[in-house]
Amino acid sequence: MSYGDLEAVRGIDLEVAGREIFAFVGPNGAGKTTTVEILEGYRERDGGEVAVLGVDPADAGRRWRQRIGIVLQECNMQPELTVRESLELYAGYYEAPRSVAETIELVGLEGAADQRAARLSGGQRRRLDVALALVGDPELLFLDEPTTGFDPSARRQAWEVIASLRDLGKTVFLTTHYMDEAQALADRVAIIVGGAIVAEGAPGELGGRSVRATSISFRLPAGVLTADLPAEVAEAIGGGARPAVNAEVELRTEHPVAVLNALTSWALARDLELGGLEVRRPSLEDVYLELTE
Amino acid sequence: MTGIALVLHQFRYDQRVFWRNPASVFFTVMFPVMFLVLLGVIVHGQTIHTKGGIDATTYFVPAVITLAVVSATMVNLAMSLTILREGGVLKRLRGTPLPSWVFIAGRIGNALVTALLMFVLVTALGRLLFGVPIPWSRLVSLVITLAVGSASFCALGVAMTTIIPSREAAPAITNLIVFPLYFLSGVFIPEGEIPSGALHVADAFPIRHLFDALLAGFDPATGGAGFELGQLAVVAAWGVFGFVVALRRFRWEPRI
Repeated sequence: MSYGDLEAVRGIDLEVAGREIFAFVGPNGAGKTTTVEILEGYRERDGGEVAVLGVDPADAGRRWRQRIGIVLQECNMQPELTVRESLELYAGYYEAPRSVAETIELVGLEGAADQRAARLSGGQRRRLDVALALVGDPELLFLDEPTTGFDPSARRQAWEVIASLRDLGKTVFLTTHYMDEAQALADRVAIIVGGAIVAEGAPGELGGRSVRATSISFRLPAGVLTADLPAEVAEAIGGGARPAVNAEVELRTEHPVAVLNALTSWALARDLELGGLEVRRPSLEDVYLELTE
Repeated sequence: MTGIALVLHQFRYDQRVFWRNPASVFFTVMFPVMFLVLLGVIVHGQTIHTKGGIDATTYFVPAVITLAVVSATMVNLAMSLTILREGGVLKRLRGTPLPSWVFIAGRIGNALVTALLMFVLVTALGRLLFGVPIPWSRLVSLVITLAVGSASFCALGVAMTTIIPSREAAPAITNLIVFPLYFLSGVFIPEGEIPSGALHVADAFPIRHLFDALLAGFDPATGGAGFELGQLAVVAAWGVFGFVVALRRFRWEPRI
C-alpha cells in the first residue's frame, strides 16, 4: 500500500485467530489505520493477499458486511437520535441483529438509552459507537484506537466493554498506541513501526519480556553510601546499575528474589527505611519504546 | 428487509433527525413562513406590474414556495450530507450492509416530503391570512411542477456536496449560490423592478424557471391547465446535470 512515493505499509504478514483479541500497536503514522482500512474494505491495496473471514475485502459485498462490525477513530453517529433510536436504525440494516435492549445493556448505557447522542459524554459516545458495531451481531469487530483522548475512567469503562466481547465469542482486531491498553486487553500483540511489523506475540512474552532482568529501585537514607550495601546488592549495581542520583539507586538483576532478600535483611538489621522501594518487571511499554526508537 | 422496506426504515429516522435539528427546521420551515407573513403584510392590496398585473400577495405565495422547496431539497441535502460526510457518518454507513442507494433514497424521500408539506403549508397560509385563492383548476400542473422541481433540486443538492470542502464551508457556499439567485429571480423583489439584464442572468439557472412555473399556476390570468413545459424542461435539465455530477463525484469519506 503506498501513497505516491511513500509506501505506507510493506510486507505485513499477519494472522488473527478466531475468538481472540488482537492488538495492533504502533506510534502515530506507523501504518495502523492504513492496514485496518485495507482489512475493512475501505482502501485498495497495491499488492499482497488479504483474506478476512475467508473473503478478499476489496471485492467483498453486503453478505460479508453482515459479519463484521467497524468502529472508526472518531465517533460517528447522528447527533439528533437517541441511543436507542440509533441502535434501532442500525439494527434494521442487518439480517439477524442482536436485541437493542440487550446491546444497550452490554455497553452499560441503560441510564442514557433515551438521551440524544449529542448530549452524551465522550466515554458514553464511544460505548454507543461500539454498540452500533455490535448490534448486527458480527463475528469480527474492528476497533480503531477506541480510547484515544479519553480520561482514565472513560478508558477503564471502554476496556470493560471490549474485554466483555471475548466472552461473547467475538474476534476483535484492535489498533492502539497505548501499550497498557494492549496489555490489558489483548491475547496477542503485533507492533508496527514505519509500515513494518517489528514484534509479535503474547503481551507477556513480547520482545523476550519474560526472560528480561527485573529492575529494583530505592532511595538510600542520608549518610548511607552505596559502598555500605551488602555484597549481592553491590554486585548487582556493578553489573549494569545506573549511577546513584541523590542517593537514588536503580539496579537490574536476573535474580530479584536473592537480591531483594539481601537488601531488605541488611536494611532491617540496621533499622533503615528504604524510601520508594520498587520492584518492576520490564513493562510492555519499555519493550515498545526500545523497539520503536 | 427488502430495498423498499429499508428505504422506509431509513426515511422514518431521517424525518426525526430533520425535525429535531433546529437549523434545518428554521431555514426550511420557519424562515419561509416568516417571509410570507412579512411580505404579505407589507404588500397587501398592491398590484405588481408584471404578466399584465398581478395581486402582490398572489405573486409572493409561489415566490415563498420556491424558497421553501429549494431550502427543503437542495440547501438541506447539501448541508446535511456534507456534515455527515465530514463527521465520518457516511463512511461508517459504508461499513454496514446498507446499500448506498437506500441511504440516498431515504434522504431524498425526506426532502420531497418536506417540500410537499411546505407547498401545502404556504398555500394554506396564503389563503387564510391574505385570501390568495387556491388554484384548484391548475393543481395537477402545480403538483407536477413541484415534483419535477423537488427532484431536480435534490439532485443538485447532492451534486453541491462535491464542491463543499468542509462542514464550516457548507452554509457559506450554499447561501452564496442561492441568495443572489433568489434576488435575481424575483423571489424576494417583484420581477417588474428587476432590470432585464439581471433577469437574463437568472434565466440561465433553475430557480427562476421553477418560480415562473409555480407563478403561472397561481396567476388567475393563466389560461388552461397551467403547464409550463418550457420552464420545466430547463429545471429538469439542471436536475439531470446534478444527477450526473452526483453519480460521478459524490464522496462518502471526509476530505480531511
